[in-house]
Amino acid sequence: MQNLVIIGAGMAAGRLVEHVTEAGGWNVTLFNAEPRGTYDRIMLSPVLAGDKTYDEIVTHTPAFYEERGVACRFGERVTAIDRAAKTVAGRDGTPLPYDKLVIATGSNPFIIPLPGHDLDGVIAYRDLEDTERMMALAPGQKAVVIGGGLLGLEAAAGMHARGVDVTVVHLMGHLMERQLDEAAGYLLRKELVGRGINVMVSTNSQEILGEGGHVRALKLENGTELPCDLLVMAVGIRPATALAAEAGLATGRGIHVDDQMITSDADVLAIGECVEHDGEIFGLVAPLYEQAKVAAATLAGAEAAFVNRETATKLKVTGCDLFSAGDFAEAEGREDIVFRDPGRGIYKRLVLEDNRLIGAVMYGDTADGGWFHGLIKDRTDISEMRETLIFGPAFQGGDVLDPMAAVAALPADAEICGCNGVCKGRIVEAIEGGADTLEGVRAETKASGSCGTCTGLVEQLLAATLGDAFEMPAAQPICGCTDLTHEDVRRLIKSKELKSQAAVWQELGWTTPNGCHVCRPAVNYYLLADWPVEYQDDPQSRFVNERKHANIQKDGTFSVVPRMWGGITTAGELRAIADAADKYNVPTVKVTGGQRIDLLGVRGEDLPAIWADLGKAGLVSGHAYAKGLRTVKTCVGTDHCRFGTQDSTGLGVKLEKALWGSWTPHKVKMAVSGCPRNCAEATCKDVGIVCVDSGYEIGVGGAAGMDLKEIQPLAKVATEDEAMTHVIAFVQLYRENAKYLDRPYKWIAKVGMDWVRARIADEGERQRLVDAFALSQSIYQKDPWAERADDRTARAFAPLADLTLEAAE
Amino acid sequence: MSWIDVGALDDIPLRGARKVKTKLGCVAIFRTDEETVFATTNTCPHKGGPLAEGIVHDRKVTCPLHNWVFDLETGEALGADEGRIETFAAKVEAGRILIDAALLGQKAA
Repeated sequence: MQNLVIIGAGMAAGRLVEHVTEAGGWNVTLFNAEPRGTYDRIMLSPVLAGDKTYDEIVTHTPAFYEERGVACRFGERVTAIDRAAKTVAGRDGTPLPYDKLVIATGSNPFIIPLPGHDLDGVIAYRDLEDTERMMALAPGQKAVVIGGGLLGLEAAAGMHARGVDVTVVHLMGHLMERQLDEAAGYLLRKELVGRGINVMVSTNSQEILGEGGHVRALKLENGTELPCDLLVMAVGIRPATALAAEAGLATGRGIHVDDQMITSDADVLAIGECVEHDGEIFGLVAPLYEQAKVAAATLAGAEAAFVNRETATKLKVTGCDLFSAGDFAEAEGREDIVFRDPGRGIYKRLVLEDNRLIGAVMYGDTADGGWFHGLIKDRTDISEMRETLIFGPAFQGGDVLDPMAAVAALPADAEICGCNGVCKGRIVEAIEGGADTLEGVRAETKASGSCGTCTGLVEQLLAATLGDAFEMPAAQPICGCTDLTHEDVRRLIKSKELKSQAAVWQELGWTTPNGCHVCRPAVNYYLLADWPVEYQDDPQSRFVNERKHANIQKDGTFSVVPRMWGGITTAGELRAIADAADKYNVPTVKVTGGQRIDLLGVRGEDLPAIWADLGKAGLVSGHAYAKGLRTVKTCVGTDHCRFGTQDSTGLGVKLEKALWGSWTPHKVKMAVSGCPRNCAEATCKDVGIVCVDSGYEIGVGGAAGMDLKEIQPLAKVATEDEAMTHVIAFVQLYRENAKYLDRPYKWIAKVGMDWVRARIADEGERQRLVDAFALSQSIYQKDPWAERADDRTARAFAPLADLTLEAAE
Repeated sequence: MSWIDVGALDDIPLRGARKVKTKLGCVAIFRTDEETVFATTNTCPHKGGPLAEGIVHDRKVTCPLHNWVFDLETGEALGADEGRIETFAAKVEAGRILIDAALLGQKAA
């Protein structure tokens, strides 16, 4: 009999032991660094959650090894392999000869080398010992999990099920980004947060803080400290290749093996998470079992070849129903089929290439996962069933339905509005009872009043029931990505508390993966206006001017306009502007209509440098590019003018200092004139104040662009403070209610000046608006130029690479 | 085909773009997904707008000057507009962005 030595008793090795002992012919010695035989590592999460016990997940008992005649050396690490002598050495150094050797050392958890990573209470999630550390936490204790992947979330859910207060910190923008796309990641996060697990995405850890050698808290890059009694790092695994590399075997990311699982030494095989096959490394169990089978055949002298097949993933967290298989990254020649059912929290996405299904992600309803996985594995041609593919196997073979005919053919008890549980019969009854408009049906039945995705169906029912008497409403959807109007989306973002773009796309049934250039800037604005604290502004959803903080010109250069508060400047500022114009070869310097100086023709790469230079003289961004407060134009008022009635310059400066930096649906221009002669031209501004002897006349909704409009009176107030609160309240009312890209005059025409006036006149409402504005400003009133002047952010303005230089070398 | 490393994937934000200067002119690199990039000429055929400054959505980009929309896979203008941008091979490997080495422009050098 020949000697077979196996290093490692993980799941791949366990399967190999079964195969070789069944075939017979080997003296098998099994080393394992863990003091136990093979158990089902995948089931550690159910053990942690309390759904199973350790005994239930042991796959190979002492009796099994004894029966099969396996010499077990558990709790013993192999320290060296001598390939020339064909021996391995264990703890005592005595060489043990082998004829064939199988390395199955598995993987090591990756520990981020944060300061404090070696403190007691910082663990990985890999083996039973780690699991037991987590299980030892008492209800009410705190744990932080770094890593929102499969293992991290299972650890978090398991500890949470034991009453531990858990926070997950994840570097990427959404959970399980390797298995899930953004929409499915959003639904998963919603479920976990709903259970009471704190989930932080796009979050960088900085340092692990300790006390007496034990972990005390995790400090984040933004300075926040998350107190914890245990910190679990679940950020990935690295193949354990050290032993093989020391023995001189070929390794890359893992131990190199061929299709027969043979390493660079013909007598040494490797299987499991420690190997690299054809550039791939492995973390899921199915391919590992396949490798064990192939290795056993190779050892028996039979022909076998390992082929890496598509693997499906399921998260083992009770109640989180998700499925992911194949490849769902975007790439050339690929098409998506997306299905969303916001009412039931369902998301499905299929990725097609050359009439074949190559990837599938599902959340909420994964019943068809196996069927889709089969189509992926078998590379089935799906062109015949493409139209109905996403509905699963039950829908195949029927005719494709016309949606209009389909609605007409629905039975009376068919549910139309999932949110409010309204069926077709009830809606038809309401229409026949006199509700002959969409609003009427909404008021009568609540159908389409919540998420709004069934609006189209309700309208079709109106059309079918009333015939020609019903005119389809002319309400314009935002864009081709949705049937909802701007007003619908604003209302739903507030009422359904949607706080991320992914939430809007999913809950409101967007038909595209991530919107388009029309809806994204609007949705980004609505989210940051309604949820200033919770939502994070997305620069990639902004037009170039707001992303670059400068106006793009027709030749691709930019214009730079520093802020001059109320139009007031100083000799020092003018000198700094002149110096900058010289230094950066600015071709045109122009005085603007809003009492500012515009430097036109600055190269994109120079922007951070010119801002830094201007910043040194105290100049900040003038937001001349923003859907936000542009300028407050003033006249000299009582300071110098013999007609001035109030300090119009002072009020203008105060308004500008209060309002700068806030984002609004469209640009906002203001002016304060010191007397009715109106030298600051206040009567054609979005907000214009005309000072009179007795106080301040505030008007709103003026325009002097494509339309010419005179302001309408909002209020007349006696003091400067009142003037400030009225203007701020008006701006906030506009921010909260207007459609994106509606200037105030357009918005006022829709809601009516009386409504605006009444809201601002109400003292309680006015104070609420002022407070809401202050909250938003606490986050958004930052000079974007200063923020982008440091080296790291400045780099984003330069080309990613310059290959013209490299080519010349 | 040989490839040149032009930078880290993380240097381009999700649904963002950066430009790369080459001997054959500026090339825009778009990151449409966590792991997916596309490379095209940076210049819109309409009025020369810098496409790397446009809004990236799905596998498309919208020119910042006049809202022409291009399919990044084929380079074709979408909708009513007619035109095409040149596309180049690009891929991501181990967190690095690689583009077709032909863009080094040896011919022009």
